[in-house]
Amino acid sequence: MSNSTEKIEYVSYLDYQGKYKGFLSWIMATDHKRIGLLYMYSIMTFFFIGAFFGLLMKIEMLSPGETIMKPQTYNGVFTLHGILMIFMVVIPGLSAVFGNFFLPILIGAKDVAFPKLNRFSWWIFIVGSIMAVASQLLKDGPPDTGWTFYAPYSSQTGTNVIMATAAAFVLGFSSILTGLNFIVTIHQMRAPGMRFFNMPLFPWALYATAWIQLLATPIIGITLLMLIAERMFQIGFFDPALGGDPLLFQHLFWIYSHPAVYVMMLPAMGVITEIIPTFCQRQIYGYKAVAISSLAIAGVGFLVWGHHMYTSGMSDQARWFFSLLTFIVAVPSAIKVFNWITTMYNGSIDVKPPFLYALAFIFLFIIGGTTGLLLGSVATNVQVHDTSFVVAHFHYIIFGGMGFAFFAAIHYWLPKMYGRMYNFKIANIALVINFIGFNLLYFPQFIIGVEGMPRRYFDYPAQFQPMQVISSIGGFILVAGLILMVFNLVKGAKSGPVAPSNPWNGSTLEWTLPATPSLENFDEEPVIKENPYDYK
Amino acid sequence: MANNTTHTIEYRTLSKILLVLLFLTFVTIGVTSFHLGPFTVTVALLIAGLKSFLVLSNFMHLKYESLLLRILVAMVFVLFVVIVLITFIDYAYR
Repeated sequence: MSNSTEKIEYVSYLDYQGKYKGFLSWIMATDHKRIGLLYMYSIMTFFFIGAFFGLLMKIEMLSPGETIMKPQTYNGVFTLHGILMIFMVVIPGLSAVFGNFFLPILIGAKDVAFPKLNRFSWWIFIVGSIMAVASQLLKDGPPDTGWTFYAPYSSQTGTNVIMATAAAFVLGFSSILTGLNFIVTIHQMRAPGMRFFNMPLFPWALYATAWIQLLATPIIGITLLMLIAERMFQIGFFDPALGGDPLLFQHLFWIYSHPAVYVMMLPAMGVITEIIPTFCQRQIYGYKAVAISSLAIAGVGFLVWGHHMYTSGMSDQARWFFSLLTFIVAVPSAIKVFNWITTMYNGSIDVKPPFLYALAFIFLFIIGGTTGLLLGSVATNVQVHDTSFVVAHFHYIIFGGMGFAFFAAIHYWLPKMYGRMYNFKIANIALVINFIGFNLLYFPQFIIGVEGMPRRYFDYPAQFQPMQVISSIGGFILVAGLILMVFNLVKGAKSGPVAPSNPWNGSTLEWTLPATPSLENFDEEPVIKENPYDYK
Repeated sequence: MANNTTHTIEYRTLSKILLVLLFLTFVTIGVTSFHLGPFTVTVALLIAGLKSFLVLSNFMHLKYESLLLRILVAMVFVLFVVIVLITFIDYAYR
């Protein structure tokens, strides 16, 4: 440019005054960073509501029989817990919050490809979330199907299934639009010199995730519309009484919902892959293997849905085929774990809260992953299917994996998001409490699951009570740790010491920016000459 | 980049493709009068696939796009076919 010597005055994106002021300046924002924060505030709100319902369930399970609620209320509570946590917290979680905030920065762009579409995605997310909450409050009562909406029960129950499925349908659009935006952004807006194979690995994970969001989400959308059509017009898709096939629902539901697990997990793996090289001051071990393993997980992850259906009446041939594919999908996940650990070897490790959260993630993810292989094997799956073993496995992956990666990400990037730092000591104490609480909450469920404790049951034989009590105590400890962690982060973001622009000595592009980036991130378009983890 | 260039397809070409699409629609209907048994769905999907190909490559200008983009779109169709085939491992052997 002719006037390239003229410096643009720096204004933090948090202080930037555009066309709108106050609250409107947030909900009308097209800045990817503000939209990322909007998602974070919404998602954290839903997370604590979901956690509250989870805690109610744990109180109910303190003793056999009725403790604080009726059986039908329990059905509604676990359904609400599942819908909130799955569709409004963990699916959008990392990609909508940290993907929005950091994807453009990490690839050297000013914003995402379609900023207004990005804002529209958040609006749709809020509309869908309101519908989901409304489904709990309308006169027919909260849906009692669980978050899986299995037919034919979901086409027959008198509860608010239509509103809940319509909410999931609307939320799906938000996911599709975000995925589309990220794919175009990565293809078209990378800084000069940034090829696919010197792009940071969090954008790689987001790229693989975005393809799943784009391709798989329409399938659940159509499936839920078919369910609504069956309920409203008695068109026989799934209900055998109407000539339908209930297994068709399960196929269609899991063709989306298993890849959806990777929508949750791939960005989590991406976050961990950013954190470990930074705190070890080492080049990531096997960059290309980690990058391609994200695509491999997304690709193979599309083909393993049948392992949720081993006991549903599916053919034997399909069962062994899905079992084989399930074992194959474990390989790229294991490659990532191997590469994270190998990156640490001989590194100059700086033990700070984000790194400790990343370690907790790896530990919990390994437990979740290996128990996933037990469930992927038909022989063991039929023994523990629909028991609390599955609940434990699922939470080790989703909460221990995605949840702890979310906490790692917020501890890692908070200084860049708010320009301030939190208290390390409190962060470490909160981590220890969270870790202990988490394992006390979920590990006993592996044990009673193997012993035969069914999932989603309101009542249980007295022999399971000791483990149920330990699990409930773990729930209280975990919630205490979460409150302490959030208190520390909020206090740090509001009034913590001013953070330096690169507190962790990171090498990726976000750390070249001021402590809080400006509206368009870069004064000058960066030119990329090195690989992203070039630690000398 | 490839998509910075404007491509104009003549109305005559577009009209021909429209006629082919309409013809294939009648074929889709006509083929239902033959009892093809388990191949009914296969034939319907093949015709629908051909129609999608014509729409994508001409009306959506995919044939002028970069090789990478064409491969990505092709992969979507491959994925769809694989998912359908795997689903039928259950239905065919149940």
